[in-house]
Amino acid sequence: MVGHQGITETFTLKSLTDEEYLLPGNAACPGCAAVMAMRIGLKALGPRTVLIVPACCMSVAQGHYPKTPSKVPVFNTAFAASAATASGIRAALEMKGITDVYVVCWAGDGGTADIGIQSLSGAAERGDDLIYICYDNEAYMNTGTQRSSSTSEGARTTTTITGKAERKKDVPGIMMAHRIPYVATACASYPLDFANKLRRAVSIKGTRYIHLLSPCPPGWRYPSEKTVEVGRLAVETGAWILYEWTGGRCRLTGPSSGLADRSRRRPLEEYLRIQGRFSEADPSKIEAMKKRIDEEWEMILELCKG
Amino acid sequence: MVVLPVSRGREGAGGLTGMWRIKRPVVDSSKCTKCHLCWLFCPEGVVRRGSKGEVWIVYEFCKGCGICAEVCAAHAIKMVREV
Repeated sequence: MVGHQGITETFTLKSLTDEEYLLPGNAACPGCAAVMAMRIGLKALGPRTVLIVPACCMSVAQGHYPKTPSKVPVFNTAFAASAATASGIRAALEMKGITDVYVVCWAGDGGTADIGIQSLSGAAERGDDLIYICYDNEAYMNTGTQRSSSTSEGARTTTTITGKAERKKDVPGIMMAHRIPYVATACASYPLDFANKLRRAVSIKGTRYIHLLSPCPPGWRYPSEKTVEVGRLAVETGAWILYEWTGGRCRLTGPSSGLADRSRRRPLEEYLRIQGRFSEADPSKIEAMKKRIDEEWEMILELCKG
Repeated sequence: MVVLPVSRGREGAGGLTGMWRIKRPVVDSSKCTKCHLCWLFCPEGVVRRGSKGEVWIVYEFCKGCGICAEVCAAHAIKMVREV
């Protein structure tokens, strides 16, 4: 069986459904990439989906009781417990004999890389049948841009006012170390790439993890209309690598597949200059960041060799 | 009456978000190539596409982020100041 609902086709602009599962009038900021990706993600997953949302921007974006923008059931849970809640919901569904529902965690980077990592690691170790999507806006955005362990190096937040000194935590790498069947990275600026990764994820049983880079206009300090451009620049400069890892095999996807050669990447400065959060990064810092990016690429390319 | 902590899926959970807008996107249908990138990238889902491929915008909830105008390769969407 391919997926519980039999999603087999490759998603194109035409084949994505016109049905909206994330309704207009939610409380997300204008130009929010997390909502953009969630809208596409729910189109790809369909109505037989249960979302588990810990404390994150997405719990704020749901607006005011008694309304919610989501047409699929959403379970708002504690910050540390998203994957554990998903395990419980999957177990309850199994007890009731319901097998055609996707259990999907939709957590921010704080709820994944910092606070929720123990429950995520636990669920991955047990191999619970769930999809975990981390939308990574690289800080605690809904509380006003505090640094998380997933904040990229050099980025200014309200708790790292001269730019973060430490490197970004490699959560997809941590998930690969759990040897779960599917790990992928995505970017909100490439919605069809993301939709097709979800398509592949639902065709596999077990814990599946997708790390989605999600540009944030107020937190990254750029005008709201530039969301798509910032995400594209992140990929085209090589700062964010799109890949998927299935059964020990890694494959570059989308524009990243043509960027293994460093000379084909756009200069990192293009990605940094468009955002206000890197205004503190001086040339020596930028050189250090470039070195880190090259290290990331080396690691991923090594994995791709198999 | 039993009050449950359960919300139902409705439009406008964050209020009439069209009120947030400073600039409104206006579609010039003569320039539109019906590529639907605006529909794909609209975070809010307020760009709608019809059976003939035409697009229109639901202004009640459009927050005016300007992404549709930015991704439009044919420059068929202009951002116009509200006041």
